[in-house]
Amino acid sequence: MADISPYTEARPSQAGKIALRWGLYLLLGLFAIFYLMPLFVMVMTSLKSLDEIRTGDLISLPREVTFDAWRTAWSGACTGIQCEGMRPYFWNSMLIAIPGVAISTLLGAMNGYVISQWNFRGANIIFSLMLFGCFIPFQVVLLPMARMLGMMGIAGTIPGLIFVHVIYGLGFTTLFFRNYYVSIPSELTKAAKVDGAGFFRIFWSIFLPLSIPIIVVTVIWQFTQIWNDFLFGVSFSQAGTQPVTVALNNIVNSTTGVKEYNVDMAAAIIAALPTLLVYVVAGKYFVRGLTAGSVKG
Amino acid sequence: MKSYVTGAVSALAIAASSAAIAGPEAEVLHYWTSGGEAKSVAVLQKEFADNGGTWTDMPVAGGGGDAAMTALRARVLSGNAPTAVQLKGPAIQEWYEEGVLADISAVAEANGWADVLPASIAGHMKCEGTWCAAPVNVHRVDWIWANAEVLKANDIAMPTTWDEFNAAASTLQAAGIIPLAHGGQSWQDATVFEAVALGILGADGFRKAFVDLDKDTLTSDGMIAVFDQMRTMRGFVDPNFSGRDWNLATAMVMNGEAAFQIMGDWAKGEFMAAGKVPGEDFLCMSTPGEGFLYNVDSFAMFAVDGDEKKQGQDLLAKLVVGKNFQEVFNLNKGSIPARTDVALDKFDSCAILSSEDMAASSAGGSLLPSYAHGMALRGAQAGAITDVVTAHFNSDMSSADAVQQLATAVANSM
Amino acid sequence: MIKWLEDNTPKMVLAPSFIAVLIFVYGFIAWTAWVSLTRSRLLPKYEIEGFIQYDRLFASPRWDTAFTNLFIFGILFIVIAMILGLLLAILLDQNIRTEGALRTIYLYPMALSMIVTGTAWKWILNPGLGLEATVRGWGYENFTFDWLVNPDMAIYTIVIAAIWQSSGFVMALFLAGLRSVDGEIIKAAQVDGIPTWRVYTAIIIPSMAPIFLSAFIVLSHLAIKSFDLVIALTGGGPGYATDLPATYMYAMAFSRGDIGQAASSAMIMMMVVFTIVVPYLYSELRSKDG
Repeated sequence: MADISPYTEARPSQAGKIALRWGLYLLLGLFAIFYLMPLFVMVMTSLKSLDEIRTGDLISLPREVTFDAWRTAWSGACTGIQCEGMRPYFWNSMLIAIPGVAISTLLGAMNGYVISQWNFRGANIIFSLMLFGCFIPFQVVLLPMARMLGMMGIAGTIPGLIFVHVIYGLGFTTLFFRNYYVSIPSELTKAAKVDGAGFFRIFWSIFLPLSIPIIVVTVIWQFTQIWNDFLFGVSFSQAGTQPVTVALNNIVNSTTGVKEYNVDMAAAIIAALPTLLVYVVAGKYFVRGLTAGSVKG
Repeated sequence: MKSYVTGAVSALAIAASSAAIAGPEAEVLHYWTSGGEAKSVAVLQKEFADNGGTWTDMPVAGGGGDAAMTALRARVLSGNAPTAVQLKGPAIQEWYEEGVLADISAVAEANGWADVLPASIAGHMKCEGTWCAAPVNVHRVDWIWANAEVLKANDIAMPTTWDEFNAAASTLQAAGIIPLAHGGQSWQDATVFEAVALGILGADGFRKAFVDLDKDTLTSDGMIAVFDQMRTMRGFVDPNFSGRDWNLATAMVMNGEAAFQIMGDWAKGEFMAAGKVPGEDFLCMSTPGEGFLYNVDSFAMFAVDGDEKKQGQDLLAKLVVGKNFQEVFNLNKGSIPARTDVALDKFDSCAILSSEDMAASSAGGSLLPSYAHGMALRGAQAGAITDVVTAHFNSDMSSADAVQQLATAVANSM
Repeated sequence: MIKWLEDNTPKMVLAPSFIAVLIFVYGFIAWTAWVSLTRSRLLPKYEIEGFIQYDRLFASPRWDTAFTNLFIFGILFIVIAMILGLLLAILLDQNIRTEGALRTIYLYPMALSMIVTGTAWKWILNPGLGLEATVRGWGYENFTFDWLVNPDMAIYTIVIAAIWQSSGFVMALFLAGLRSVDGEIIKAAQVDGIPTWRVYTAIIIPSMAPIFLSAFIVLSHLAIKSFDLVIALTGGGPGYATDLPATYMYAMAFSRGDIGQAASSAMIMMMVVFTIVVPYLYSELRSKDG
């Protein structure tokens, strides 16, 4: 990957080149500080005791590292009368996010495959209608969606939440796959058809194996969207199905009592761990997947 | 609308009831998620369980109940309303008009609520003559809290007029103390505003302005004076006040960084939790002027089907207004019981003062609903007023402009 | 029969998604349009009353602020995030040894929701607690950074936090673009002795036009939907100085029980979206057909 930058092996004098390199690293380092600052503040605060937070500096290192806040946030923090911390909500989020990501990715792949390779009249209109759906502000859909979920009998349930996330994820997943498949020559499909392969067989044995990079991109995108969603989570859940963002909000936005900043911060980091992990582990493939053509219109 | 909702609910209830265990059940949507509040809810839950009930907790914190109200709308529209919901003020009647509230008159009459609740508070709990909500407490909004030591060191008495307040504040400012601890969130701006308005306009003027929305009162010279006083007060807060939570402002009074705070009696809970003693460490007094602004928390029961849930609603309503819960809950929360027949032996001096003032104002006709806390007006109207108040307080708008905008905004919100 | 099935399989595969989008996007937009013409308060009602909600909307100074903020915020956010993203991508593309780590650092904010980072940002930007206090603590007594509490400047703190969150993603898009530029062309240019910066401005950047478009769409989608950000950082304050249409609409619908008003503001938002997205869709389709 990194070998496509031959033009950086520039000609100027050796000393100038070294100075330039140093400047470059310095600049990149400064940006890194800017991006890391909030996370740094959060982690440091979560490791301090409340007394130290009250007296100390925001950015300073903890004098005494304590993991109490983490323990409380995970399994002891109270929201309402239950003091179970984030743990139960964490699993709710998993139960929502994993099927939600899987279904919307699969549907997006199929849709993208149809639109790019089985072009029939009107396919592009359908595609543009779906794309426009990406831009609808979610506040608009809350009330009518509540009504629909009620009619479908899945209001307040985890399948209901999965359904909502799949519907509003479809636009982006279809866009990703369509733009990826559009660069695959249609001769491939034609040849396969001549060989007698059917619609699903071509998808399954030709397109899907080619799709790993874009699947990574889509999964990252969808997982982030679903995991971090608060608005749908708070509106379409009931006791027992609330996702982790709602629990976090309940912990952080308590209106009375001593504000336990360390617990708030630990809870916030815990809520963010799965998405962080996904980005750190799969980040490399993310850029690679985008490189593979998905971003080209 | 109603038939649709009940139809969907009954379908769900039938599905649920075949599997459910017998006994009262309640799913309770509320936004009491922290500290003393959560403890108080736990008391209720325990009583509920002791009477054989099954309590499902549905807390949604944030935005003074905004998030909970979002969840509530979605639940009602989807035909899956919670059994009981923390609701208050005219919102109760608004929900009733949508045809989604249950009638709890049977419980109210069996337990003689009419005899033990003050008339004006009972009025908020009734919808077209039937009982539709159960009151939990009475918060007083127009309190001024002070750090006793700071006042003593600067030789200042608790102010009884706004001029005295301004003089005291100037003295404190000269001594390097922040005169007024305040958090720049719109509801806090509104809280200070209505206390000032009550003091300057008087009880009748307040009622005309914020209950009847009388245009002449809204644009009167008195209202201009109210905005002038708000401008003066703006000079008494520290530069960092924007977005500060109210309890952090209370902490500033506690540790002597600031002298006064104007806030409802939930602030007392903060002082008490920090081990401060009323009358010694901190002082409480009503804000300058006559009258009593109340903020009553209550539970409304939503129309649900299924005997277990209905039993749950009846039981919950009975317990909420019961003497024991009213005492325990309000000891935790800093407010006073809505019932007038609860002994106040265990309550502190501020609560006793509040109770006496409430009785006196009730007799004198100056017991008024708080506009800032959604007791006086529909959400859209109260919100329109708050928009102007907060825009004025956070800019250099003149009082005359503010009054004009107030009249326009109110007219526009109808 | 089998022939028919074979011919129509693609349509049948697409049909469920298409129907879902018709109902859950276009049906709901129609619903919102309808409700915006009623006097709905706490719950939607369906008796048409005319354009009264739009009259109210345009008479509201708060809506004026929110609508103006959308443009200030949207333009600054999109332009700066794009420039920063491109800059970071170009810098990272210079055979940087620690590229993997740096890329993750620039990208991770996208993984966090603003409910998570809002509190940290609030602290950092708060003059009494954060950056200003810290720098003053270092001895620079005159250092001032009070945008968060200044009604005229608070909207820019929202821009900063939004850029922090999204510019890494834009960087990833551009980095991917840089990596797929044809190496042969660049080599040829260098053989001709064209300096590196000219290679970028004259060859590489122009060839990434589709990526600018993609980045623009992703960013404008984020700008229009910005909601958590404002709620977590300023709550719309000081006053209502940092209100955006999305927060205005939410406040009307859910804290004020004024659903008709919320619906009318939603329709105006949808129209703004429409004017941005339709040209994109047009070019998107042309590039496919042509």
